Amino acid sequence: MTTVEEPTGTGARQVRSLVDVQKGEISREIFIDEQIFKAELENLFPRAWLFVGHATQVPNPGDFFSSWMGADPVLLTRDNKGELNVLLNSCRHRGMRVCRYDEGNTLQFTCPYHAWSYSIDGSLVDTPGALHGVPQQKAAYGTNLEREKWGLVRAAKVHNYKGLVFANWDPEAPSFDEYVGDFHWWLDNLADAFDGTEGGTEAYRGVHKWRIRSNWKFVSENFLGDTYHGASTHASVEAVGIGPGGKGKRRHGERQNEGGFSKGRMKTSFRRGHGASDNIAYEIPYPEFAEDDLDDYFVAAWEKRKEKLQAEGRLLGGRGPATLFPNMSFAAGFPRTILVAHPISPTETEVWRWYLVDKSAPEKVRDWLRRYYMRYAGPAGMTEQDDMENWDYATESSRGVIARRYPFNYQQGLGQETASDLAGSVHSHHAIAGEVNARAFYRRWAEFVDNLSWPELTKLAQVDDRTTEHVAETTDVAGGVKVLDAVDVVDGPPAK
Amino acid sequence: MPIDEALLERMLLLESVSEFLYREADLLDERRYTEWLDMLAEDYQYSVPLRMNVAYGETDAREETRAGREILWFDEGKETMSLRVDQLNTGLHWAEEPVSRVSHLVTNIRLDAVELPEVSVSCRFLVYRNRVADETDFLVGRRKDRLRQVGDSWQVVRRELLLDQSVLLAKNLSIFV
Repeated sequence: MTTVEEPTGTGARQVRSLVDVQKGEISREIFIDEQIFKAELENLFPRAWLFVGHATQVPNPGDFFSSWMGADPVLLTRDNKGELNVLLNSCRHRGMRVCRYDEGNTLQFTCPYHAWSYSIDGSLVDTPGALHGVPQQKAAYGTNLEREKWGLVRAAKVHNYKGLVFANWDPEAPSFDEYVGDFHWWLDNLADAFDGTEGGTEAYRGVHKWRIRSNWKFVSENFLGDTYHGASTHASVEAVGIGPGGKGKRRHGERQNEGGFSKGRMKTSFRRGHGASDNIAYEIPYPEFAEDDLDDYFVAAWEKRKEKLQAEGRLLGGRGPATLFPNMSFAAGFPRTILVAHPISPTETEVWRWYLVDKSAPEKVRDWLRRYYMRYAGPAGMTEQDDMENWDYATESSRGVIARRYPFNYQQGLGQETASDLAGSVHSHHAIAGEVNARAFYRRWAEFVDNLSWPELTKLAQVDDRTTEHVAETTDVAGGVKVLDAVDVVDGPPAK
Repeated sequence: MPIDEALLERMLLLESVSEFLYREADLLDERRYTEWLDMLAEDYQYSVPLRMNVAYGETDAREETRAGREILWFDEGKETMSLRVDQLNTGLHWAEEPVSRVSHLVTNIRLDAVELPEVSVSCRFLVYRNRVADETDFLVGRRKDRLRQVGDSWQVVRRELLLDQSVLLAKNLSIFV
């Protein structure tokens, strides 16, 4: 494999040539190859908006939470003014990880190596994360050390979306709102309480973290719209039944049987790479609970939300599973949880899972959801256990020389995309077996990895060539009419 | 030399408890899960907290997530354990199909408290799993068990397991630890 000779990218189309969305064929090299992985680290992760953590994990000044952005360790901190900062967790002197704690509270990070210290206290430094203390500064540097230049590296952009904290290293990157586009309806359902209260959720304490021997993209793809795997992969958990209805009841809830999972449901695929296995016009019913008082809570929440959203002219669907390009996956119903697939090598990934709950949930609901999440998801979850087996051995058995000569098949629903009311997206009526989302994800992925410039990336995202109608204007489901800024129609689809 | 009756009694108790824990390990490693479930009391509670890296002085307050309110690897009772056994017995649970080779080592067994008919026991565990070919996991840590005398044997009432990993280095926990 020698196709990617210049991982920093020169506009050459090496990686895009491996992702043939017209034929629905994608090379196995993109899951295995070292050079492509290096190009991902160089060109994708430093430019994409990445999920870092939840604001409720750092409620007070000085609180911090250790996270990752791509292969770089970062600290999500709250400074003494209450603002969120995302800092590279590596000393500017010799690179030592200044903080090896997973969480805690401090306004100063002191490197153990030579004791350079960095402050997030605005009364000591102008910029949170700035270099504050240098042992023997005068003896070593005289007056030559420009401390303002040697603070912890800060993420260029940080965005708190209803408690979901994202960051981006690239000052040239589009705003979070532009990057997300109409996919925000799914994030809203994730971040809002079940009764529709905006941002009314918090993260339980405790993030599941585990290593898998898989390429990170298998993980993103699985939640992006692969509803096809459920029947086989999760046959055992479904046969046993771990759902809200009690022992023997389906894992997502009994009402899913009333056509709930597939009837009237469509996949939604965004040109920017995001994808959801449902559409916002389709509202899944709340599950049926074995215990009456739980049922009462969720019935009331569903009714209240319905009233609120309908008054705002909003549709009720959009709970996923879904993936925000490139590596944040989530489901906003049962369960309601966030996953990030951190890349370690082409064949190794660290998976993190956060679990959300309504801030106002009574103790019984909080405890029931917690137990349901733990038996469902994470490495001990009876559903998720079987996913890792697939991802790991799909990765391993694609490493061989012969295997790598044969691409994967992504032809489900090829050419059958239909128009969507949401800007920059299409639907696929294939509720279960449709791969439209994966094709769009890898197409976008290749455009990033080939290091297309932001103007090029933005231009490509503004015209969706997958339907005959170019979506240049869309009715905003919140009520008004939203017109995309300066839609510059390019000549036909980009070369693959 | 007079026989220390109290010491003798304690040694016999420890022997009985150890024998029970070794037999439990055998049943698990021989995949006799249904028989194993009978060793758990109906009110069995099992918890495996997450372990975090926290600063000196904060370990008591923060190192482990708390059962009953936060996210753990496991925090469940016998009913969910039974569902896990049912899942293994479907033959379709791909995470354990083909089945893994597992050995449970139990050591450093001590009686922490004797309050018959219940006793508190602490031990170390080492659970080795090998599956397919080179997939190999070591799960090591401390365990506290609460056992209850039932007839001439015991049942496990409560089990708290402290796994010595913060990031789980195994791809899943599809075996009983």
